[in-house]
Amino acid sequence: METKRIVFVGVGGQGNLLTSRLLGEALLSAGVPAVVSEIHGMAQRGGIVESAVLLGDVSSPIVSNGEADVLVGFEPAETLRTLARCNEGSVVIANTRPLPPFTVSIGQGKYPPVDEILDLIRKRVKKLISFDGNALAEEVGNPLSLNMVMLGALIGSATIPVSAEQMKAVISSSTKKAFLDSNIKAFDLGMKKAL
Amino acid sequence: MHKLLKDAPGSHFLLLGNEAIARGALEAGLAFATCYPGTPSSEIPEQFQNISRETDLYFEYSVNEKVAMEVAAGAATAGLRTMVTMKHVGLNVAADPLMTLSYVGVKGGMVIVNADDPSLFSSQNEQDNRYYARLSGLPMLEPSNTQEMKDFTVAAFDLSEKLEIPVIIRTTTRINHIRGDVAFGALRPRKTKDVFKKNPFRYVTVPAVSRNLHKILLEKFDKALALSNESPFNSITGSGKFGIVTNGVSYNYVLDAVKDLHIEDKVSILRLGFSWPMPRELCKTFMKKVEKVLVVEELEPIVENDLKAIAQEVGLSLKIQGKGVAGLSRLFEYDPGMVRQAVAAYLGIDYKAPVPVDLSAAPQLPGRPPNLCAGCPHRATYYSVKQAFGKDAIHPTDIGCYTLGLLPPISMADFLICMGSSVSSACGFSRATDQKVAAFIGDSTFFHSGITGLINAVHNNHKFTLVILDNGTTAMTGHQPHPGVDAKAMGLDGTRVSIEEIVRACGVKDIHLVKPFKVAKTIEAAKAARDYDGLSVIISQEYCPLFAKAIGERKKSRPFQVNHSKCKNHRDCINLIACPAMYLDGEQVEINKDLCIGCSVCAQICPENAILPLKE
Repeated sequence: METKRIVFVGVGGQGNLLTSRLLGEALLSAGVPAVVSEIHGMAQRGGIVESAVLLGDVSSPIVSNGEADVLVGFEPAETLRTLARCNEGSVVIANTRPLPPFTVSIGQGKYPPVDEILDLIRKRVKKLISFDGNALAEEVGNPLSLNMVMLGALIGSATIPVSAEQMKAVISSSTKKAFLDSNIKAFDLGMKKAL
Repeated sequence: MHKLLKDAPGSHFLLLGNEAIARGALEAGLAFATCYPGTPSSEIPEQFQNISRETDLYFEYSVNEKVAMEVAAGAATAGLRTMVTMKHVGLNVAADPLMTLSYVGVKGGMVIVNADDPSLFSSQNEQDNRYYARLSGLPMLEPSNTQEMKDFTVAAFDLSEKLEIPVIIRTTTRINHIRGDVAFGALRPRKTKDVFKKNPFRYVTVPAVSRNLHKILLEKFDKALALSNESPFNSITGSGKFGIVTNGVSYNYVLDAVKDLHIEDKVSILRLGFSWPMPRELCKTFMKKVEKVLVVEELEPIVENDLKAIAQEVGLSLKIQGKGVAGLSRLFEYDPGMVRQAVAAYLGIDYKAPVPVDLSAAPQLPGRPPNLCAGCPHRATYYSVKQAFGKDAIHPTDIGCYTLGLLPPISMADFLICMGSSVSSACGFSRATDQKVAAFIGDSTFFHSGITGLINAVHNNHKFTLVILDNGTTAMTGHQPHPGVDAKAMGLDGTRVSIEEIVRACGVKDIHLVKPFKVAKTIEAAKAARDYDGLSVIISQEYCPLFAKAIGERKKSRPFQVNHSKCKNHRDCINLIACPAMYLDGEQVEINKDLCIGCSVCAQICPENAILPLKE
């Protein structure tokens, strides 16, 4: 089986670790060998959170620079910061809504224009799929469903061997009832952005 | 039912590495577990805590790692199957019991899980604790994936009982925090009580006893060596002339490198899973069949040096290399690309690594360091202490969320080496300088190793201020309880130990209890503590807001907002407090009402009284 290396990056609180875990569950249930890696510890304190899913005939749990097939970025500046994981053949799925770090507020750096970030990414990789994921999450009435939007877009990009149905089955079995409906809607909206 | 309790042999689950270790322990009939939490080991005891609520498994968060090791040693000596977990630097704290427990040995299987942290994701150093196996004479197992984390744990208990000594499972952050497929095995029954049979000539380590016990430990070591030579966890695969020796997470990188480079027929791999005692016979067999050896091991060149010694013993002069080959360093963790490069360089294969995208034209990105949360009481305490002590005071600090006080604009962390070092190093700083000293320590860290330093400070008449940041929980590692927590609020059994009473009982005369969200009073207390001619202690009490929310104790407070008709843009709020709920909208400070928890500290320091509760 072909090996795929997917990197997820976001900011603490955006739910990126849940996304990689759910993808891992879906791959396992689809019979695809997969390993997920996470960095814990600082996630609740506004830091950068990165996780990875590697699937197929692969043992390593992490992705070296230049080796990501897909980068899923929950926040534009962090997507750019992590772009070194990609090569010219990579697919990047990027949320365009910025979440400026606190350092910007106290004058220790400037947040570059999002268009500039996206233009650069577009020029460097094979394909950029970008959209305002937070707007979609707000549209379904659940601002915390950004991670489902991003997961939907990843499945929609058809870069990995998991179907929307398989993914939704895992989401359904791991989501509290109160959020299930909005999570599935968010997933669908994200998926449409990538089709 | 907890998912790790499922009696479902053969079923597959996606488990976190740490969950796999917990499952392995349960399959081995674990009856008794202790720990002090520490990243990346903390999710193991988290499972045990939950499981202990629905089974007869005994679990405790001990006060520190030494205590955890000794509590577990007692239970294991009585005959129970016991596990103790900690991070690598925790084993330093527990090294004292470890070194003689190895002499005494155990009756029930005892497994010590030690989690190393190459690359220092959340630690103060990246020491290589494989040395502890060598130092203590205890066997060490090093799993490489989630399935092995479970299987090796089961085997470790059996090995421990067979040899009657504790067995160390050594992991690294990357192994603890992977998720992968685990096929469950059968759950063995737990034995939760036994009878201790007295035997002072084994258990009481006076010199005459220990002289004999050391001999016994060496005999056990020889038995362990024989088992290591035969262990399925140590294996030779392939029949090529180029040897690669590897362990732990690096084994995965080697497997992938060999596959990616299509050199399966050129290499032989010796994988060390039962890594101490080093399987010397297997190593000899391996080195005799290859022409040269590359050692792929993170951190110290331990296997590399051992192999060189073994080769010398059997008169082999083959080349053995590890550190220094194409980027393989003693620093930080390895990654798949790095190992692929090293293997290619070692075999002389022409290999071109994938080229990362060119980011030379990328705009400069603002940093995103982790930050104290919005409404974190530590920020408020730091602000008030700074008002009293100014910028020239020395601030020894300690290990916890509050270490983030290092970052501007707080910038109140001057010295940190280990848990508890704030108090004791303050003794030294205050004697060696004429500068004011205000040290910071968290509540859990105070219990862990701050109390002895405080007694030392009282006894030796040191003059400084200790600020105990009591947020009611062990916040950094995920809100574990400690002796000072309100156990009832957490739904736990446990007797609350009062920090104030301890401080008083240690002999401290000048004690200030403050609520850090009351800024003026806290500053006043800090000034009094500063001016006290002796040792003063400030206990700053306010729940961690994340913890308060989790246990339903957070009071509803209205978020605050900036009234722009009053604001004169001094920006004291954003420049001095730096709460992440604040941001600049153009030139004006705004407060994100979704992040603000209404602590009101910014409102209290605004010179124009321009920060007010949001009107409903």
